[in-house]
Amino acid sequence: MKVLTKCCIEGKRNIFNLLPVSCRSDFKAIMCSIRKLSTLAKRQYKTYIFLMIFPFISSSGSESDEDSMSEGEMAALKEEVEEKKKVIATLRNQPWRMKKRLVVLKEAQEFVEKFEGALGKGKGRKLYAYKVMMTKKLIKFKRDFENFKTACIPWERKIKEVESHFGSSVASYFIFLRWMYGLNLVLFGFMFGLVILPEILMGLPYGSIPRKTVPREEQETAMDYSVLFDFGGYCKYSFLFYGYYNNEPTIGVLKFRLPLSYLLVGVGIFGYSLMVVIRTMARNANEGGDGGEEGDFTFSWKMFTSWDYLIGNPETADNKYASITTSFKESIVDEQENQKDENIHLRRFLRVLANFLIVSCLGGSGYLIYFVVKRSQEFANMKKDNLSWFEKNEVEFVMSLLGLVCPPLFETIAELEDYHPRIALKWQLGRIFALFLGNLYTFLFALFDEVTAKLESEKVIKNSTEWVLNQYYSNYSSFYNTTDVPPPAVHPSDVIRGPCWETGVGIEFVKLIVSDIQVTYLTILIGDFVRAVIVRFLNYCWCWDLEAGFPSYGEFDISGNVLGLIFNQGMIWMGAFYAPGLVGLNVLRLLSSMYYQCWAVMCCNVPHERVFKASRSNNFYMGLLLLVLFLSLLPVVYTIMTLSPSFDCGPFSGQEKMYDVIMETIEKDLPAFIGNLFSYATNPGLILPAVLLMVLALYYLNAVSKAYQQANTDLKKKMQMARDEEKNRRNNKDSTNQVMKDLEDLLPNKSLIPPPTEEEPPPPDVVIEKGSKSPKMKPGAAAKGVNLQKDVSLAAPNPRAPVTRAPGPRKGPPGNARGPQPGPGRGRGRGGPPRH
Amino acid sequence: MGNKQTIFTDEQLDAYQDCTFFTRKEILRLHGRYHELAPHLVPMDYTNDPDCKLPLALIVNMPELKENPFRNRIVESFSEDGMGNLSFNEFVDMFSVLSETASRELKAIYAFKIYDFNVDNYLCKEDLEKTLNRLTKEELTPEEVELVCQKSIEEADLDGDNKLSFADFENMITRAPDFLSTFHIRI
Repeated sequence: MKVLTKCCIEGKRNIFNLLPVSCRSDFKAIMCSIRKLSTLAKRQYKTYIFLMIFPFISSSGSESDEDSMSEGEMAALKEEVEEKKKVIATLRNQPWRMKKRLVVLKEAQEFVEKFEGALGKGKGRKLYAYKVMMTKKLIKFKRDFENFKTACIPWERKIKEVESHFGSSVASYFIFLRWMYGLNLVLFGFMFGLVILPEILMGLPYGSIPRKTVPREEQETAMDYSVLFDFGGYCKYSFLFYGYYNNEPTIGVLKFRLPLSYLLVGVGIFGYSLMVVIRTMARNANEGGDGGEEGDFTFSWKMFTSWDYLIGNPETADNKYASITTSFKESIVDEQENQKDENIHLRRFLRVLANFLIVSCLGGSGYLIYFVVKRSQEFANMKKDNLSWFEKNEVEFVMSLLGLVCPPLFETIAELEDYHPRIALKWQLGRIFALFLGNLYTFLFALFDEVTAKLESEKVIKNSTEWVLNQYYSNYSSFYNTTDVPPPAVHPSDVIRGPCWETGVGIEFVKLIVSDIQVTYLTILIGDFVRAVIVRFLNYCWCWDLEAGFPSYGEFDISGNVLGLIFNQGMIWMGAFYAPGLVGLNVLRLLSSMYYQCWAVMCCNVPHERVFKASRSNNFYMGLLLLVLFLSLLPVVYTIMTLSPSFDCGPFSGQEKMYDVIMETIEKDLPAFIGNLFSYATNPGLILPAVLLMVLALYYLNAVSKAYQQANTDLKKKMQMARDEEKNRRNNKDSTNQVMKDLEDLLPNKSLIPPPTEEEPPPPDVVIEKGSKSPKMKPGAAAKGVNLQKDVSLAAPNPRAPVTRAPGPRKGPPGNARGPQPGPGRGRGRGGPPRH
Repeated sequence: MGNKQTIFTDEQLDAYQDCTFFTRKEILRLHGRYHELAPHLVPMDYTNDPDCKLPLALIVNMPELKENPFRNRIVESFSEDGMGNLSFNEFVDMFSVLSETASRELKAIYAFKIYDFNVDNYLCKEDLEKTLNRLTKEELTPEEVELVCQKSIEEADLDGDNKLSFADFENMITRAPDFLSTFHIRI
């Protein structure tokens, strides 16, 4: 510090003497010398120096206005300004009183204002000033945008109410629902703005071409409520489904390329969803915490993180107190006695039995769905009037029923297994997931069979249509003896139609989702509301206490609802390509769901008695969503790549494969070199090396991440050892390690003989050991437990030995080969200062 | 953004946005809440930084804090005089730290202050006992309380002095998966 001040003063003197000729070089010299000092001193005192020297510079520099500051000072001043800016940015994270923060903020802002202007003097002044202004505007814009975004977030009050009554875990479902709503809104925006709206505004109107018109034979029933309810009639030939869209390459005045847009939006929906899900996962991963061991901090965590600060309702608070007390008592009991030695064999047998039963349930449900879908194909061939409502909607009915009945069934069977509730919950979630997945994919496979059947029949119809057309042309030309034949004047509703399998698939999905919605709402109504009403009013005249006893009020089933939401979204992703109106339907569904479920939960549910989180972080459900996203991507991509589109409906009619639209656009509309580029890019000679490179990159990143994890565990172990030693020493207890005890016994004799080498060989899991000669104490990672001492290896002397005399000079790096030095009167077998 | 409000100057609002985790609208709403706690005491015009403090009793009756067993400690930790009298700055500070977007480190610091009943910068056994009794409404027997406090100290204490310093506490709490979601008040 003194050096610096001297330097400063001398600097001042130097300036005085050598002003104005060589002031620059001297400043450079000063700057160099300052830079040699520690960075910390530099930061703190540079300001001081500048504030002292700057007036001299500015006064002397009035003659040479432009380059009054040398490069060095500019850079240093800039650094200073950047630092102040950083202080401002991290101000809210500082644990200061508000007043102090406001004061520091003001100071920093004034400094930045003052010197940012000064920095602008010199070369590129205008550019710098412009940059500064743009940054300020950008910051203001970002802040306004953030404000606007938070103002737009809906249902904040509602969620707060739910939180205060039920705690954060139930509210997390509603937060997830809100997030889904946002996602669906964006997807709807894409679909509506880029596909539906152009077709409605710029495409051909209803009734102009065959695909947009209801066929003659269906026209009498087209407006019937029952037909509309089944999404036939006018619904089927509307913009809601794939078949309505025309395959003209460009439509309207704007030459909007609808088929291309349809394909890109269909794929873009997945891309956008993927991006959003991964971004949310990454954000949640940061909050997930370090992931300490499960048993490390049981009591501390229970004590400090079990109270939910969001609770604002007295009943909930009482509930929470009770659950916390129970949880503590359980942990105490666990701590005090060991687990009883139960009959392991019986338990294993029961678990195997339970798993067998559940797998057979899953298989049974899969077969049932397949069977029902096959039957529905037969029904489709029969006349519609002979079928009852039940037979018409069999598939959806069965699927929803399975979704309702199987989860409680699994729970009952799972009681055989006798797991800890958290583990049981995980198993339950896994099984429900498998159920839904199995059902969905069985449904898809059955549907796929239907599609291939339709494709077959389509070929036949196509052939017959062409034959009829040929006949017409030949007749016409032979009759009128011309070759200029006008197209046949057939009314659009009379033209022979193909089966249009895409619309069929779209209708199936829409029906499935509608029935799912109906079942969900009905379940809530009956299972929660009616039950609550019964319990409440029948309680007056019933023999046992309904509220405390059997039915009582329902608890909100978080995991079931979240899984339902995830699978609903999966079905939307799958079906959106075939039924563009589906996303809009989902937006409406989520909106109504929010209000309905909020009402239901506040009115009919009670807070949970025991709260078990399914996983450590929110990423569990996000991970499930990601998995479902991939699984729903597969069928769509498969159909785009392999199945041929219908010949007379949809935006891709007439193409061999759906992605041919892209090929066409590249060839015809884009400049030639892009076509070349694509053909190069799709060359296997380029793709294979790219894939290889990616695999290698994956392998490398995996190895690096493993290395970091290993380093992490090593550090943790070191910390653990250091802490145990510290505790040991402080409490002046004898080490419980037998080897340490033996060593200790040998030490007080002040003999310089190194301890005999009959100690046990080091255990295999050694953490730090650097080439020592004789077997030393190794950190025994024998058993987990607070009381077992882990000793520091002698090869790395602990500089914090109990100080009974002044520390000797430390030389060289520790860990070189050296025997244990039993110095005179040293404590616990630790070597004295290393002596080479 | 569009309508003119006269409670704060624009510079004040910008300064608050820089110093807390709140947006402009939330700060204005907070002022509304602060004002309705004591309408005749709290001025509507904060442009010249009035010096007005509300006592502890008014603040712990807010619906967000009413059911919290640590409400007194929370308000005391954020008050400058340690008695729980909060000015508007401290009021905003309190809810900013307890908001959803506050950083983990900041929350850990204040959690430590809150649970430190005797304000000696250590969580000693008495502090833990008080915390536990508030959490369980004194339903546990004294032996159970003793056992739990003992185990907590054993688990978290790194330097072996039989009480938890801030480093011990922070090391333990930053790994807790539930900490961020439970140490959160929505306003």
